Amino acid sequence: MGVATGAGRPTADRAPGGIELRGVTKRFLTPSGASMTALRDVDMAVAPGQFCAVVGPTGCGKSTTLTLVSGLDRPSAGTVRVGGQPVEGIPKGIGFVFQNDALLPWKTVLGNVVLGPMFRGVPRREAEARGREWLEVVGLADFAGHHPHQLSGGMRKRVSLAAALINEPSILLMDEPFGALDVQTKAIMSNELLALWEQTRPSVIFVTHDLEEAIGLADRVVVMTAGPGTVKAVYDIDLPRPRGAVQEIRFEPRFLEIHHQIWESLRSEVGRAYARTAAARAPVGGQA
Amino acid sequence: MTDDAKLAAQSTVSASGRVAGDAGAVAAEAMRRRRRRRLLTYAGRLLTLALIVGGWQVLTDVKIVDAFFFGSPIGIVNRLVDWAEHGTAYGSLWEQIWITIEEALLGFLAGVASGVIFGVALGEFRYLADVLGPYIKVVNALPRIVLGSIFIIWLGLGMSSKVVLAAVLVFFVVFFNAFQGVRDVDRNLVANARILGASRLQITRHVVLPSALTWIIASLHVSLGFSIIGAIVGEFLGAQKGLGLVIATAQNTFDANGVFAAMLVIGILALSAEALMAQLERRLLSWRPPSSAEIADAAVT
Ligand SMILES: Nc1ncnc2c1ncn2[C@@H]1O[C@H](COP(=O)(O)OP(=O)(O)OP(=O)(O)O)[C@@H](O)[C@H]1O
Ligand SMILES: [Mg+2]
Repeated sequence: MGVATGAGRPTADRAPGGIELRGVTKRFLTPSGASMTALRDVDMAVAPGQFCAVVGPTGCGKSTTLTLVSGLDRPSAGTVRVGGQPVEGIPKGIGFVFQNDALLPWKTVLGNVVLGPMFRGVPRREAEARGREWLEVVGLADFAGHHPHQLSGGMRKRVSLAAALINEPSILLMDEPFGALDVQTKAIMSNELLALWEQTRPSVIFVTHDLEEAIGLADRVVVMTAGPGTVKAVYDIDLPRPRGAVQEIRFEPRFLEIHHQIWESLRSEVGRAYARTAAARAPVGGQA
Repeated sequence: MTDDAKLAAQSTVSASGRVAGDAGAVAAEAMRRRRRRRLLTYAGRLLTLALIVGGWQVLTDVKIVDAFFFGSPIGIVNRLVDWAEHGTAYGSLWEQIWITIEEALLGFLAGVASGVIFGVALGEFRYLADVLGPYIKVVNALPRIVLGSIFIIWLGLGMSSKVVLAAVLVFFVVFFNAFQGVRDVDRNLVANARILGASRLQITRHVVLPSALTWIIASLHVSLGFSIIGAIVGEFLGAQKGLGLVIATAQNTFDANGVFAAMLVIGILALSAEALMAQLERRLLSWRPPSSAEIADAAVT
């Protein structure tokens, strides 16, 4: 599996940019008409070219944070900046891998991957050549003509990944992109992602439930509290780069030390979130 | 590998081989059974038809049922042959059929085109939907067949009044489906397209329309039937040519065989249109996973 080379790709809308959230609060209207606070007073900063992982219990507002950064939704209070500019509409150079894959079921795999270039007016031949390169990268070259319903969940995830990366985003938002993958494919894709990131250096927010994955990939891990979500703690990961194989770094003493530290912080939040959703059932086990 | 492991591996291989063989036999047996059931179904259908047509003929032959009012199968066939050889009162039978097809087809096309355009427009622009919604509901609540009379007053006895009536009948079916289809689009898909850099128009063309197409195509089945109804009712209300007029004339002369003969022609027409539509549907929705019924069909044929 080779990394697609950047040769000949347009880099016009690559504005190197960091991400900054200041005092961001997001409220939703519940079906009953009441207001529900999903995010409260979130401060978060991702420097240009930084790889930031976000972990937190389910329902704490991780996906909501990404929607706010992508400009698909607006905060109820506070400001979101991308590349120094307040977010209004969709910022230029943004890429988003959704939690639920958002492939068009009536397009083939290749058709889905080339959507970005096509929307931006790249000629069909060129777009398809690039699309095939990217399918090669995610290991789906033989499935170009398939429709999404003919793929497994993990394969669809990889198509979404290719579809987001083909635009060479300078800001890359990923919502549990490897959640549906088996351990081996996950390892391969993680290494591939790191190699790509080291090549083009986008600013990344990477949401995951897998703490090992977060530490292995990121420069910085943000732990969020159970809803309403706020930033509980930020850990800078000082493991050297290039990290090499993600599956091997897990056994290094420094990795284990960091893991232990963050896990302490995370597990009380996970426990609280669980206790809340399962309030009727008591008591919550100590391991959670 | 230890000997034990080898042994275990071998036994699983042979076990899975046996399982595969069994599965093949089971599948073959299931297919045989399905084929037999299918054959029996067709035989049953044929028998039913023979019973009805035969019974009808016998009942009229022995004068239990009056052939003057109820017609008879042989009478119907004779009437059809007569029309085919000597033409109807308004010209050849083929001309009448062709006129009706033309009216239905033109009405169908006009109705589908306008229904899709209005449905997508109102689905995409909420304001438009809010303003026009109540009026569309009012017009839709009218029994639309009575519009036929107005169209004949406005447009005369020619083809255009039938085309317009068919188009109106088709329009509402397609319109409501297109509208619903647009409203039903997965928000996630739209969000993804926006992130990938799609303009509003590109979203409509690449996300909204294909997604609504499932709904629109579902409505085409019903609409095709409606377009034929529109054309025939229009002819019935007042025309110079067409199958509807042939029926009206047969009715006025108490020619039961004539009414049934025209009905038969219309039925064949509607069924062929339906088959064509199924073909088109399969072509347009080829990206969809086949339903389990289709899989079963494919397995048998
Ligand atoms: N459009 C919406 N309308 C109302 N409530 C919403 C909406 N989107 C999210 N929420 C609520 O906001 C909270 C945070 O949701 P979010 O999807 O951001 O969680 P998450 O951290 O991504 O969880 P998970 O890890 O399970 O994906 C949840 O309680 C959810 O019910
Ligand atoms: Mg989420």
